[in-house]
Amino acid sequence: MADLTKTYDVLVIGGGNAALCAAISARRAGASVLVLEHAPREFRGGNSRHTRNLRAMHTAPTSVLTEAYREDEYWEDLLRVTGGNTDETLARMTIRATAEVLPWMEECGVRFQPSLSGTLSLSRTNAFFLGGGKALVNAYYVTAERLGVDVLYDSEVTALELADGVVRSATVTCRGFPATVRAKAVVASSGGFQANIGWLKRYWGEAADNFIIRGTPYAKGRILDSLLAQGVQQAGDPTQCHAVAIDARSPKFDGGIVTRLDCVPFSIVVNRNAQRFYDEGEDFWPKRYAIWGRLVAQQPGQIAYSIIDSKAVELFMPSVFPPVKAGSIEELAGKLTLDPAALERTVNEYNAAVRSGTFDTTTLDDCRTDGITPPKTHWARPIDIAPFYAYPLRPGITFTYLGVKIDERARVLMQDGRPAKNLFAAGEIMAGNILGRGYLAGFGMAIGTVFGRIAGKEAATYAYH
Amino acid sequence: MRTTEALEDARRALEICNACRYCEGFCAVFPAMEKRRAFSNGDLSYLANLCHNCRGCYHACQYAPPHEFGINLPKSFAELRVETYEEYAWPRPMARLLRRNGLVVSIVTALALAGVLLGAMLLQAPDLLYGTHTGPGAFYAVVPHSVMVALGSVTFLFVLFALGMGFANFWRDTGGRAAELTRGRPLRQALSDVLTLRHLGGQHGCNDRDETFSTARRRFHHALFYGFFACFASTGVATLYHVLFGWEAPYGLFSLPVLLGTFGGLGIAVGTAGMLWLKLTGDQVPTAKRLMGTEVAFLALLALTAVSGLLLLALRSTGAMGIALAVHLGFVLSLFLLMPYSKFVHGVYRAAALLRYALEREPAPTPAPVAVPAAAEPPIDIVRLARARSAEENTQPLGRSTPNPAAGD
Repeated sequence: MADLTKTYDVLVIGGGNAALCAAISARRAGASVLVLEHAPREFRGGNSRHTRNLRAMHTAPTSVLTEAYREDEYWEDLLRVTGGNTDETLARMTIRATAEVLPWMEECGVRFQPSLSGTLSLSRTNAFFLGGGKALVNAYYVTAERLGVDVLYDSEVTALELADGVVRSATVTCRGFPATVRAKAVVASSGGFQANIGWLKRYWGEAADNFIIRGTPYAKGRILDSLLAQGVQQAGDPTQCHAVAIDARSPKFDGGIVTRLDCVPFSIVVNRNAQRFYDEGEDFWPKRYAIWGRLVAQQPGQIAYSIIDSKAVELFMPSVFPPVKAGSIEELAGKLTLDPAALERTVNEYNAAVRSGTFDTTTLDDCRTDGITPPKTHWARPIDIAPFYAYPLRPGITFTYLGVKIDERARVLMQDGRPAKNLFAAGEIMAGNILGRGYLAGFGMAIGTVFGRIAGKEAATYAYH
Repeated sequence: MRTTEALEDARRALEICNACRYCEGFCAVFPAMEKRRAFSNGDLSYLANLCHNCRGCYHACQYAPPHEFGINLPKSFAELRVETYEEYAWPRPMARLLRRNGLVVSIVTALALAGVLLGAMLLQAPDLLYGTHTGPGAFYAVVPHSVMVALGSVTFLFVLFALGMGFANFWRDTGGRAAELTRGRPLRQALSDVLTLRHLGGQHGCNDRDETFSTARRRFHHALFYGFFACFASTGVATLYHVLFGWEAPYGLFSLPVLLGTFGGLGIAVGTAGMLWLKLTGDQVPTAKRLMGTEVAFLALLALTAVSGLLLLALRSTGAMGIALAVHLGFVLSLFLLMPYSKFVHGVYRAAALLRYALEREPAPTPAPVAVPAAAEPPIDIVRLARARSAEENTQPLGRSTPNPAAGD
């Protein structure tokens, strides 16, 4: 039974992948461990609930990964997406450590999907969790509890008291009641601040009210804020977050993967004034989806509408909500509360500008517009065959980049460059050290797992020291 | 399949599942789902019957209740399956009989049948019923062989016909054609899937009671399934003995019919007890509670059939044999008579759905493109179009900075 009056060897703040990897590792090293998870049990696991795979280096095929994915290739992929905004020492260390994490994860009860076929683009680089991230989180909780880790849900750590590089205590709200918890060592693995709309407003102003948070509502960044206010060095750009355009009808939080929309390249996208604002066919959608979060965020009211006709309706993955459907553009405008005349004008201008070509979704084809601004450079076909469909778009925030600076032993670094003595960090709260910008599928889970294990072990070692 | 609330609920859930696809590694339902973009009523019936109720998808689901999407596929499918059983049953009104009062109906039927048998015997010769009979033909001194054969054959033929009609109704409704039923490889695959319960947890086991994995349910089902067929084989062997060699029951303790029957009866008893235990102690959220009665009825009837058979074996050389025989026959006849309207039909429709699945998996002359599995980030059908390697990585953060030079270009 968890006991808040007891001084645990290791206190783990958070309840996602990194937190559990830390808790399990610390417990296996002999430490007594308390995990404080802000969410109730049903929603435990932070953003790990919504993940699906882990990017793992390997030099030969494994049971779940095909071919080979070597350190240098992994590093180059990371370098490309971050534009150099990374720390090579920490990054290479993480990459090398991923070569060993899969057996450890399996030992902790995580199950992987067998590699389905060699043709899949990700089966070479990424190991897929059977059932996704929530199944992984379940497995870790079962393992942690079996090992004797104490877990409290509905327990938010609101602040850490830090003096001379030592965490003295943690202020907790446990099921609504205040408490102070002491531990010999602390692992901060409580995520980013993307669910804290007030904090997002510091950089985005009132527009942030119209952002949808794709993941957990519990990533408020309280610990991050508490640490940065007490002289901990920061890593990652505070103004940055990963955002994609998602269905505007999505829940405010936790909508996850199903809210994404892949219709943009086959559509025209207009803002609430019924005006186009960007080349929808600039490149293949997987290369472009993440700029659309920002594009929509910059539009008035942070809303846009992707409009297609019946020719395009089956060209993309189904999504969670059915499109708005109408027999004419005028009727569609009415349903979207857009100015019908303006929308008809935009569609007519676009249709008139389309140059016929050979429509081919598998290449950057020659179907483009001529003489309108912005142009649509690929997959442009007239929108003229009823019924017409529209998907409303809003910015969907995946995660933030701001974090605390750490060293290769997961120790949190203070402003003077020296590590805090008993404070370690893992997961999204420190991912900005390595993934300073951009996105690499399955890399967040790689960082969380690798640094969770390191932080857990180091914290246990410190507690015994 | 007609449109009902349960069907609409399953459709809503599957439309969300089809946008997620995280569960595609669990069982056959998800690959079958991914072949479709819209779900006809027949498709939903097929998918509901393809579901083995392992609950893996429920425990893995980030949209499970209390999430506002409230996805609970095992429950939705269980509720829909029961409606499909009614829909396809022949004659259809009979199915409604068992919907609410399954347990009562089963037991009353069994006892009524036993009563009729006993009554007939008493009328015929009361002293025979309570007498002790041993040696060849002992059972037939109580219930004449001709009566047993007539009752058994008529029941069996009726059941076969009714189940066959149900199968045909299902097959037609889910878009099947008669010609498909003769394709060898899919048939063998489906048979193997039935015999091994490959989709009930596969190599990992399933979420029998909570989010931990176990193979308990599969093992209990195997005990039940193979126990049932061992009993069936026991009757078959005994019939052959009687017809071919003129050897009359009862047979020795170590004879094939008795061995098969004993092991079969024990298998059924253990299997039903285990299944009941899992049902009653497991997590109730992914369970369709209002169907519990029907399921318990079926398990109870199976268990009582097995136990009354074992009891008959124990009492066969005493004066209680006559009553034990009548009760056992009553349960056996009731089990078979109610078969086309009880949970038993799940076997028929599950097997049919597995056959449909195997047929769908058979490589078509021109191979269709493999469905791309969803990545953690937008799993897009057109991922395969993006032939640039690692295209999914070329993304750009939301921020006020200059464009990321690494993004996309």
